[in-house]
Amino acid sequence: MSIRIQGVSKNFGSFQALADVSLDVPSGSLLALLGPSGSGKTTLLRIIAGLEVADRGTVLHHDENITEYEARDRKVGFVFQHYALFRHMTIAENIGYGLRVRGVPKQERQVRVDELLKLIRLDGLGSRYPAQLSGGQRQRVALARALAARPNVLLLDEPFGALDAKVRTELRQWLRKLHEEIQVTSVFVTHDQEEAFEVADHVVIMNEGRIEQVGTPAEVFERPANAFVMDFLGNVNVFHGRVERGRAVVSGLTVAYPDYPHPEARDAAVYVRPHELEVERSPTEAGSLAAKVLHVNPTGSRTKVELRALDSNQLINVELTPERLTELGLKSGDTVHVAPRRVRVFVPDYEI
Amino acid sequence: MASVNRRVLPGFSLTLGYTVFYLGLLVLLPITAVFVKASSLSLHDFLGAVWTERARAAYLLTFGTSFLAALTNVVLGALLAWVLTRYTFPGKRILDALVDLPLALPTAVGGLVYASLYVENGWLGRHLVPLGIRGAYTRLGIVLVLVFVGLPFVVRTVQPVLEDLDPETEEASSSLGATRWQTFAFVILPTLVPALITGFALAFARSIGEYGSVVFISGNMPFKTEIAPILIVARLEEFAYGEATAIAVVLLVISFSMLLVVNLLESWSRRHDR
Repeated sequence: MSIRIQGVSKNFGSFQALADVSLDVPSGSLLALLGPSGSGKTTLLRIIAGLEVADRGTVLHHDENITEYEARDRKVGFVFQHYALFRHMTIAENIGYGLRVRGVPKQERQVRVDELLKLIRLDGLGSRYPAQLSGGQRQRVALARALAARPNVLLLDEPFGALDAKVRTELRQWLRKLHEEIQVTSVFVTHDQEEAFEVADHVVIMNEGRIEQVGTPAEVFERPANAFVMDFLGNVNVFHGRVERGRAVVSGLTVAYPDYPHPEARDAAVYVRPHELEVERSPTEAGSLAAKVLHVNPTGSRTKVELRALDSNQLINVELTPERLTELGLKSGDTVHVAPRRVRVFVPDYEI
Repeated sequence: MASVNRRVLPGFSLTLGYTVFYLGLLVLLPITAVFVKASSLSLHDFLGAVWTERARAAYLLTFGTSFLAALTNVVLGALLAWVLTRYTFPGKRILDALVDLPLALPTAVGGLVYASLYVENGWLGRHLVPLGIRGAYTRLGIVLVLVFVGLPFVVRTVQPVLEDLDPETEEASSSLGATRWQTFAFVILPTLVPALITGFALAFARSIGEYGSVVFISGNMPFKTEIAPILIVARLEEFAYGEATAIAVVLLVISFSMLLVVNLLESWSRRHDR
């Protein structure tokens, strides 16, 4: 079932949590709301669930306007960051709760609970209490509880936020697989871009109550709509320079920028991802920045090199393949020349 | 190596020693004295003192009114705690402070005030007595003052639990399709049960021992409105110390076993917390 959000705004006192947000969630998709804390992603999720009331705007489920519906009438499954399981109920009672309050007979309930216990791989643990389970198990129970009454939409608020790294990775993959099996329209909130990219098929990047960009993980990563998205999606080098006559200039470096053909110069930020920088022993013809090697970290599949530009003293992060590192034989204190293979230029108030 | 203290938390022997000494001096010693004094009676005299018709009526009244009062307090106290934790309104802090007043006020004053309110020409009595509701010098009056003295115990045990209640579990309940009433009955109330039982036990125990307020409102009529503590005082006034302590022993034994049952019930209600 698709979700359509139209012109939703929400204020908490003088704080604007959401400013005129519109979003379409296609039926059967798994969408991530990604953004820093305070960006309004959780508020948006809670408005979809009916746990929060929008000041303005409408929420539609498959063309049905549910803006005025109470949470309990929305047929939405909600998973909380801290599980919010009922401590005094067994696992089976927790999972069956949504069916119980809707008056589903006990036997029918039992069948569904057993089915879900199998789905979350906790068969046989139905008679335990939440306090007797690990964090990862509890979150799976919370998910099963949300799914029990076959909701139209599944909403997850930072579902892996309270778990340790290893369990988190496992659960992500498991959620991905689960979604492929049951195909319920799902929206989850996260501030972790890696998590969003790994799990979701669509990513919505939010900032200060607005949506900055919507797209598949590849689209968003390869073609960030603006400087915020570029910056937020992790690890990037920002050089401050100017644009004029179809070029962007950062100290010794010039790159083509046909989007700005005007003769008058403007300030601009040039963004380069660490793996899109090339390191050479000698200056390149196309132009490069001279820099000093500060630190080489060869652990992991990519070698991380920290450099300092000689003229501007700016720190530059570069990622190289281990083969390239051996070829160059870099060590701290070396002077090298850095050239970007690919850049993205953002001119304030003149964004592409 | 035998002398190595293996406990992580230091001070165990000192604090346990202090606890045992303190409890011994303040609780066990006086109670032992009661038992010793009572044992000066022969079995026949003992039974003669504790199992008269008048004494039995007094036990029944004491435990009956205490039970009713504690039960009333569980309902009213929980309601009060709910209002004090869930809503904000002007004067809330004053109301919150008022809850503790029955603890500070000499209960004799409470009993006197209640009696003067509920007598035939009192503020409340002049309206209630014509309706057939007699609050003064009746069993109803005893329950009324016991509700008064027991109220803070329930409110103060339930309040912190309500404050700690995770709002997300209520949200989870409503998004799973529960009505407000279902959420209260299935999610909120069960988490309050241990605190309600504890509050009940405290209010109940407090009521069994209450003397000052009851003296003034009950009228102390044997077989009708005479509670066990008053019977003890009556025996003392007759210089029948052995008989007085014998009745005290019976009160103690019944109270202790009832509190034990309540405590077991309370720990059973926490079974899911492990």
